Amino acid sequence: MKQWQNFSKGFFKENAVFVMLLGMCPTLAVTNSAINGLGMGLATTFVLMMSNIVISLIKNLIPNKVRIPTFIVVIAAFVTVVDLVMAGYAPALHEQLGIFIPLIVVNCVVLGRAEAFASKNNVVSSFFDGLGMGLGFAMALTMLGAIREMLGNYSIFGWKFINHDGILVFILSPGAFIALGFLIAFVNKVTKKV
Amino acid sequence: MYGVVIAMIPALIVSIYFFGLGAVKVILISVIACLFFEWAIQKFLIKGKSTIGDGSAMITGVLLAFNVPSNLPIGIIIIGAFVSIAIAKMSFGGLGKNPFNPALVGRVFLLISFPVQMTSWPIPKPLFSSVVTDAITGPTPLGIVKEGLKSGETVSNIMSQVPTYAEGIIGGIGGSLGEVSVIALLIGAIYMFIKKIITWEIPVAFIGSVVIFTGILYLINPEMYISPIFHLVTGGLALGVFFMATDMVTSPMSSKGMLIFGLGAGVITVIIRVWGAYPEGVSFAILIMNAFVPLINKGFKPARFGKI
Repeated sequence: MKQWQNFSKGFFKENAVFVMLLGMCPTLAVTNSAINGLGMGLATTFVLMMSNIVISLIKNLIPNKVRIPTFIVVIAAFVTVVDLVMAGYAPALHEQLGIFIPLIVVNCVVLGRAEAFASKNNVVSSFFDGLGMGLGFAMALTMLGAIREMLGNYSIFGWKFINHDGILVFILSPGAFIALGFLIAFVNKVTKKV
Repeated sequence: MYGVVIAMIPALIVSIYFFGLGAVKVILISVIACLFFEWAIQKFLIKGKSTIGDGSAMITGVLLAFNVPSNLPIGIIIIGAFVSIAIAKMSFGGLGKNPFNPALVGRVFLLISFPVQMTSWPIPKPLFSSVVTDAITGPTPLGIVKEGLKSGETVSNIMSQVPTYAEGIIGGIGGSLGEVSVIALLIGAIYMFIKKIITWEIPVAFIGSVVIFTGILYLINPEMYISPIFHLVTGGLALGVFFMATDMVTSPMSSKGMLIFGLGAGVITVIIRVWGAYPEGVSFAILIMNAFVPLINKGFKPARFGKI
């Protein structure tokens, strides 16, 4: 039951994007299509899960003073794995996401979970926490990407439902802010935060 | 608020005279859509008393129509009206709480979203004239100048291709509905001055800074920079200065603040017109300065009532 809570809190109760407003850089920058959002979300999920596991395993070995650099090194190792795997097996997506894959290293969601959860809890809890948080992040990015793609290009996951040029601003960065603002308002309304 | 609507009537008549049925269609759809969104959001989302009668949605609708070309497709006008009312105004809580001018947000949104449709300006042709040129579009005078300077022509060369100053003042230059005639806008502005709807600070500071800035550039090199008079009579400067920068909700409260607001907007306008990617910068300048209004209000508070 406790593991289920660790897992499920990442989706709405403590969602990284909608509730805690963490990791805004990839959220706003790469979500110009649903595929990009999903790809970025899943890459972050993998990094988050693996870094949570490793950090919770070695938490007693890390001196308190150098814990942040140690976290960064662990995270950077897994980001490199994701970067190379993606470059090898999904070069088109890798091209699209570009610099934002290496930038997962400094994503505050990943570092935040390492600092706030993995360094204080056991391996199993940390694994479920990382998985839930990551999937919640991926869900938020996919939702935002889908909305922006639907309005900005009249297509969803690359399938065009109106053969016409969309509302271009939603593909550009101002559209990301507008769409995210309304999405957060909507999620707050649904989860009765206001 | 209906004073502003009355002040817009001369420009309205001139735009219908030059653009015919297209102008009537754009204005009607824009106003009806704005009123509808205002009513629907107030009724179903905010659940408050109807604000449709305060006239602000109607002003937004007319101003939005003034800011777009007369051959804009109906769907795009409705999107613009929705953005103006729903995103720029009602999502902040309605009239009086919006930080940005609703009509300008709608215009900039459309300009970025639909660059092709928003920059194909129909050439104005007076009503009842025999010329049948329905589908012909051309660039605005500022667009001609921008393109010309980019391709390395000199100003005196370009000036032969653009309308004369007189045409700019009386009407007949290519552009959006509201910017064809400076004189019609001026008549409306004088009416608003007499009725004390607007004060002198913002228009004077805005126009003054545009004239001084472009005047300095013109004196430095008249072959590279066009003259201040050209900047005044073309484009949406008069429309923006009198009808949108002076919007009481989105401009500073104190007289000093208003001067700073106008000065900043004028300088940004010239920077965008001379060095920017877009030929016209009035709408961007006013929106940027709108964002500074809370800061200006903090720095220059109006005197407390009763304080000497």
